[in-house]
Amino acid sequence: MPPDPDPDRRDFIQGVAAGGLGVALLSTAGPGVAAADPPTGPGRAIPVQLTVNGQDHALTLDPRISLLDALREVLHLTGTKKGCDHGQCGACTVLVDGRRVNACLTLAASVAGSPVRTVEGLATGDDLHPLQAAFIKHDAFQCGYCTPGQLCSAVGLLKEAHATTDDEVREQMSGNLCRCGAYPNVVAAVQEVRLAARDAR
Amino acid sequence: MNPFDYARAAGAAAAVTQVAASPRAKFLAGGTTLIDLMKLHVETPDTLVDIGRLPLDKVEAVAGGGLAVGANVRNSDLAYHDAVLARFPVLSEALLSGASPQLRNAATVGGNLLQRTRCPYFRDGVSPCNKRAPGSGCAALGGHNRGNAVLGGSESCIATSASDMCVAMAVLNVTIKTQGPKGERAIPFADFYLVPGETPERETVLDHGELIVGVEWPALPAGAKSHYLKVRDRASYQFALASAAVVLEVAGGVVTTARVALGGVATKPWRVPDAEKLLVGRKPTAEAFAAAAEVATKGAVPRTFNGFKVALVRRVIVRALETVAAG
Repeated sequence: MPPDPDPDRRDFIQGVAAGGLGVALLSTAGPGVAAADPPTGPGRAIPVQLTVNGQDHALTLDPRISLLDALREVLHLTGTKKGCDHGQCGACTVLVDGRRVNACLTLAASVAGSPVRTVEGLATGDDLHPLQAAFIKHDAFQCGYCTPGQLCSAVGLLKEAHATTDDEVREQMSGNLCRCGAYPNVVAAVQEVRLAARDAR
Repeated sequence: MNPFDYARAAGAAAAVTQVAASPRAKFLAGGTTLIDLMKLHVETPDTLVDIGRLPLDKVEAVAGGGLAVGANVRNSDLAYHDAVLARFPVLSEALLSGASPQLRNAATVGGNLLQRTRCPYFRDGVSPCNKRAPGSGCAALGGHNRGNAVLGGSESCIATSASDMCVAMAVLNVTIKTQGPKGERAIPFADFYLVPGETPERETVLDHGELIVGVEWPALPAGAKSHYLKVRDRASYQFALASAAVVLEVAGGVVTTARVALGGVATKPWRVPDAEKLLVGRKPTAEAFAAAAEVATKGAVPRTFNGFKVALVRRVIVRALETVAAG
């Protein structure tokens, strides 16, 4: 394999893990990919057909694997972020059947057969989703860790169409925490896209 | 999370058989409580029977103006349903005051009826907790109990019922429909939940393997108004410190129907029949509402850090009643 011209931190960590110390950690750490099947007792890996951003994946998964872990650790779609892992921060927000949910509290097995859309599936080629463009324009993030969840949540918000005022947008985005405090700019970005879509109709 | 087998239910009857077959099997619906508690090792099922795709997802009118709602109807879908918005605003308001949009998109009616407490000693997996580990004691009694219950508790448990939806359902006179190993049942909401007593691990009258398939409730009296008021530490995405669901009908200048239920302060969704009786036949005045609120909190047992809830919930009751009386 030719060297990656632009290796990122994750590639580096995975490379180190594959090459040494990490192997032992990965093989014993919690729910992994196709975890060793106990010959008897509960927990046998099961076939799970996931459809993510229009692509089908036939997987064999430990039933414990959340949708979030399946996306990140199995499909290597690391745009979706793990924050609290308990449904409190919203960093893992994705769209299942077009509805925003917390991927950390969703078992991968339970969404088999339902289309999943992640932040990687928002843009069309090089054309950013209007919300992505608006987030850049309004500086709606600093560190960016919560941003994929914010974006997917905002896509859900616009589809649900229950928010009109700034207060309503704030309330409807309350499931997405931002430690950097970019909230006012998130509201501005969401409102700009909402109003543009309304005017276009 | 401990290992478990996962199976999608082929139907309600099959799901009941599957769960009934194993003492540690559980139904999985939206998963927002169960998966969370499994990650905390508070719940350790060996089998999950996924009922999330069963077609228990209808909201239907029943004769006389009531509604029948399938157990798998998502919280957000119920909250924004036209009939709920128009005729049962207390339920819509309660649902929308709970959790976040993401959680409401996943959480179901059946699951919300069985939502577990947020008591930190229940959730931490290690503290003495009679609900999680019967006989181990209650760390909340002498611990950080600011969020705990002042009504319906015992020396075994003062864990607060966490659901907002259930407080609204308490004043809608809901009937809970189940299908279980012994057949079908229709359980009045008032009979469904148990106070902790000496067995806080047992929260409802459901048998193991008994599946909630739906809920049903009648129309409110013509002219009755309803409302849910929730007070919490921040403006959104937080559990109640105190809440009240109210139904009030005023005719000829006097109260003809009054229903009041409390959340955030009790070990189960908490109807206050004595306060309701006091209101009927009286003028809907601030004095009458205050008197009812006083009666509603009779017998409250404040603990080290939650004494404020007694005064707070009285004010919540009064304001909720004033809001509906003002129309």
